[in-house]
Amino acid sequence: MFYREAGQFKTSYASDQAIFPILQDRIGIAVILVAAFSLPLYANDFILNAVMIPFLIFALASIGLNLLTGYTGQLSLGTGAFMGVGAYACYKLTSIWPDVNIIVWVICSGFFAAGVGAIFGLPSLRIKGFYLAIATLAAQFFLEWCFIRIAWLYNYNISGAIEVPQRTVLGVIVTGPRATSETRYIVVLAIVVAMTWIASNLMHGRIGRTWMAVRDMDIAAELMGIRLLPTKLMAFAVSSFYCGVAGALMVFLWYGGAEPAVFNINQSFTILFMIIIGGLGSLLGAYLGAALIYILPIVLRFVPEWLGIPIHAATVEHITFMIVGVLIVFFLIVEPAGLARLWSIGKQKLRVWPFPY
Amino acid sequence: MRAPDTAPRARVGDVLLSVEDVSLSFGGVKAISGVSFDIRQGEIRAIIGPNGAGKTSMLNVINGFYHPQQGRITFKGRTRAKMRPYEAAYGGIARTFQNVALFRGMSALDNIMAGRTLKMNVNFFWQLLRYGPAMREEVEHRRVVEEIIDFLKIQEIRRTPVGRLPYGLQKRVELGRALAMQPELLLLDEPMAGMNLEEKEDMSRFILDVNEYYGTTIALIEHDMGVVMDLSDRVVVLDHGIKIADGTPDEVKRDQAVIDAYLGVAH
Repeated sequence: MFYREAGQFKTSYASDQAIFPILQDRIGIAVILVAAFSLPLYANDFILNAVMIPFLIFALASIGLNLLTGYTGQLSLGTGAFMGVGAYACYKLTSIWPDVNIIVWVICSGFFAAGVGAIFGLPSLRIKGFYLAIATLAAQFFLEWCFIRIAWLYNYNISGAIEVPQRTVLGVIVTGPRATSETRYIVVLAIVVAMTWIASNLMHGRIGRTWMAVRDMDIAAELMGIRLLPTKLMAFAVSSFYCGVAGALMVFLWYGGAEPAVFNINQSFTILFMIIIGGLGSLLGAYLGAALIYILPIVLRFVPEWLGIPIHAATVEHITFMIVGVLIVFFLIVEPAGLARLWSIGKQKLRVWPFPY
Repeated sequence: MRAPDTAPRARVGDVLLSVEDVSLSFGGVKAISGVSFDIRQGEIRAIIGPNGAGKTSMLNVINGFYHPQQGRITFKGRTRAKMRPYEAAYGGIARTFQNVALFRGMSALDNIMAGRTLKMNVNFFWQLLRYGPAMREEVEHRRVVEEIIDFLKIQEIRRTPVGRLPYGLQKRVELGRALAMQPELLLLDEPMAGMNLEEKEDMSRFILDVNEYYGTTIALIEHDMGVVMDLSDRVVVLDHGIKIADGTPDEVKRDQAVIDAYLGVAH
């Protein structure tokens, strides 16, 4: 009843082609943005540092993989490695030119990841599906090897790990141990929101349509004049750009330091699970998937405490694993196309409520 | 439907595409051997033949998906031995498929908009912002697409994901996607397969209208002989990869080789 587009008439194609054509959606997005940017006013360090910053970073990486796997149909298991390329590129850049704004370097590190991603995307012309996933595993193992063996990448540090130096932007400390979680949260949020907006622009235009065309029916796409290799390589590059920025944010604004093991195959799988559960080919799905897989276990861990049930912390940990596992299976049975589809079905129901159809 | 007339009409012009002595084989299987024919500007040209005659292979050769081992294809005065699919698309050849090859995850509108890809050229950076030139281009092409939607009378299904549409409408959306390319030569691979009589009549009308209003040259493969004889100006008949007849529908209908190919020969 409240979610209905009745009376909202489109008078131009521009307004009909808008990303959020319905007024209620625009209001909803505005409310969410205001809430997100004002969160530091009423949330504590724990919420910002251990929940929201990682959630946003995982959501960004999921958007990256979703652009490639969900929109273009190219399965990839190299996400962790591409995030690593971003992180190490950012580290090297800020080591060599420490005076340049760190946010500029975070964004620039995405270009390095994009280049590497495009190179490892080359096999995609010949192979598809699971076989392509195995080919991208090569990227995962090769790049991880580089992170361990090429000492230049971590400035010949004895421990083999990278330590994030302190950097300030306009006099405010953004990275390093002395940066406040409020500052880091706002920086991460701004970058993630801007990049989500850009991804949404891309997917609603010509480029998004060509990517989805390649995903849905590559032969027809080719006969319509869409060249497969450039299209796929571009998808690899843009996707890796997103993953690279997510990796740089992860190390510089969340962990504060990293070892090569951070970017191993498990990281790739985690991101892949997030987009499968959230919904392939949906930007909202990237957020929902990241929320389900990352935030839900944290929340569940605190439930016994809130309810005053005395259970040992280790037991809580085990139960959390079990509940999350069951929920994943449950959501996938209810809607195999992911949480985003569940949301769009819900919206449809809301539109016609109180009538069934 | 219009009665077939034998005299060449004024709307038919010069040769648009000619296929000369084309042979195509897959290993030991000869799909096409030494076939030559031409398609004239503005005509409706049918390619018929029994199952496995090499009709679809012929279309695949024309729009560059298969590369023939032998022979030449001349399109708009340019001769080449083989053509890349995107070159064919740039040159103005569009195509529909025997089993619908729509982009199933996208809406009917987006499918037809995807057909405009080649005509859109605003660069990547404006696309990132989806503002200014990018948005203007989007709206301008949306207008063209809306005309096609009106033409095919599919206004009410614009926003429906094509996977959910019934078969007849999917075929229509696919025709719309091909029309969005504003092709000079439109290849239709069994546009009426699996349709009931009413849908066939609708589709025939669309094909005639496309030919008449847009002046598009059409090459179609079809099994319904009534439709083929009524629609087409000239018919080429293939059997086992060999051309056995070529001419107006009336000539082809009387051709003994064609009758033998379809009905069999008494031994």
